[in-house]
Amino acid sequence: MIIAKDIVKTFKSGEKELSVLKGISFEVKSGEFLSITGRSGSGKSTLMYQLGLLDVPTSGKVIIDGKDVSDLSTDERTWVRLSDLGYIFQDYALIPELTALENVLIPLMMLGLTLKDAEAKAVKALERIGLGERLGNVPSQLSGGEQQRVSIARAIAHEPKIVFADEPTANLDSETSKVVLQNFIELNREGQTILMVTHEPEYAALTDRIITLSDGMIVSDTINKNKR
Amino acid sequence: MTLTFLNLVVVRGVLVGLLQGSTDVYKSRFAGDIIITNLPKKNYIENSPSIIEIAGNLPWVDKLTYRYVEGASAEANYKTRIDFTEEPDTTAGSVVGINPALEDAATHISNTVVEGRYLTDNDAEGILIGANMLKKYLDIEAPGLTLLENVAIGDKVRLTIGENRKEFVVLGFLQSKVDQIDFRMFILDTTFRNLAGRGDYNVDEIALVLKEGADEQVVKEALMASGVGEYARVQTWFESLPKFLLDIQNTFGLLGNVVGSIGLVVASITIFIVIFVNAITRKKYIGILKGIGIDKTAIEFAYVLQAFFYASVGVLAGMVIVWGFLVPFVAAHPIKFPFSDGILVAEVPNTIVRAVLLIIATLIAGYIPARIVVKQNTLDAILGRK
Repeated sequence: MIIAKDIVKTFKSGEKELSVLKGISFEVKSGEFLSITGRSGSGKSTLMYQLGLLDVPTSGKVIIDGKDVSDLSTDERTWVRLSDLGYIFQDYALIPELTALENVLIPLMMLGLTLKDAEAKAVKALERIGLGERLGNVPSQLSGGEQQRVSIARAIAHEPKIVFADEPTANLDSETSKVVLQNFIELNREGQTILMVTHEPEYAALTDRIITLSDGMIVSDTINKNKR
Repeated sequence: MTLTFLNLVVVRGVLVGLLQGSTDVYKSRFAGDIIITNLPKKNYIENSPSIIEIAGNLPWVDKLTYRYVEGASAEANYKTRIDFTEEPDTTAGSVVGINPALEDAATHISNTVVEGRYLTDNDAEGILIGANMLKKYLDIEAPGLTLLENVAIGDKVRLTIGENRKEFVVLGFLQSKVDQIDFRMFILDTTFRNLAGRGDYNVDEIALVLKEGADEQVVKEALMASGVGEYARVQTWFESLPKFLLDIQNTFGLLGNVVGSIGLVVASITIFIVIFVNAITRKKYIGILKGIGIDKTAIEFAYVLQAFFYASVGVLAGMVIVWGFLVPFVAAHPIKFPFSDGILVAEVPNTIVRAVLLIIATLIAGYIPARIVVKQNTLDAILGRK
């Protein structure tokens, strides 16, 4: 599904160079629920941005479904993000003026779906995530957990190849976090590939595979046989 | 945006309308649609009776009036003058012989009477005096300018045309803000012919008012084809306007455009700031939209659309105010300038051009800041990095 080959990411700060990722390679298989974990500053979010085409690695390759996407133009990367990938951010990243339904509608309409088809897909995604009753609510009328679930609905509505979730429970209390993670588990059971960044071992333990980063390098890559 | 549109349309509209008021009165009170006058170096229109007949028989002509015009001087208070070392109470200008009924039907000149009354066919010894020949209406001191003082309705004045002199009773004063009325005196045509020795019935001006919808150029060409051009100068009212008036009108139009252009720049800057502040405060959301794959052109288009919304709502509101309120209001209550009753000119094509200009300027001003913000790095925008 997605292959990372020797990903290096270096940031320049004045004359200094800071290597955040130091040659990371791994493969995510289709239908896998993978978590990337590690201490703060270990490079887990930076790695997700490279794999999710939100950033360009200093060197190395990202291959999605057999296609090298490392050298794509900005517009081509945008299109891949829109059509093949889904994103869930730590702070929900919803447009405050738009309702839950409209937030989910935006990428679908950008994909060229008619309003009717886009609406049908958006409603289906929101219902799938248990928010069928909150379609007309704007984010400020929703709880943190509900907002994050709208964000999940937005990420899955167009049936992406892979969903990237960056610390999706960081702003949520433990009860709400469990609901959100339960949504992830259910989506994964239905075949959705998910790559989640988290610093909570408890949540990482819910995934199929756990990659642990330290200082920009993979220190462990384990299949979670004790998946709860 | 509405205020900018009003600035764009109304400033020019008032400046142009100031002169438009003048030219409208010139047309309605003096020239009609077509004005026939002496050829250069001729004292009158030769063969006038036949020209009047030709013009009067044209199917497009609704009203016709003719005028005899001569230079004359008028003297007042000559009976009470005691000290002959003092200058007499005189003024010089033109005296016009008119058929009162024909003149009033064509130009409604009787509406310009500000004191006294209009002429009738029985007023063989009556005279109307233009306001600008009277000190009480034109209280200015200018070298060489002498005006009648202490003249009231019912007073007698002595009119001299060439060698001939006759006493008249002042029937009324006229004020129209058109020199061709305000700087003239009016008497009956029959009286004029006797006084000026115009037994040949040759006149100096023939004004034609056309029927609704008639084309001035067509009528002018018909008159020329009938040979009128051999004896007289045939002009549309617009062609006969004094050149300085057209020059001032064009200058005012230009001034209006300059002021309007400044307004356009101010509007563009305002929209730029509004959209820029809007976009910069939403930088994170723009980043998120780009992050989830929304094309940057679509985001830019959304801001351009927003700018278009501001502009079109502003323009529409402006148009409603201009055409629904300001134009009819100023038409009903003209702005009283000393030399004209100013109206508000907001012609449809001209106003549409300004509206389109404002919308285009707004779209550009909306696009630029949107582009600046959208161009920023997606990840930096999402993470709130500078």
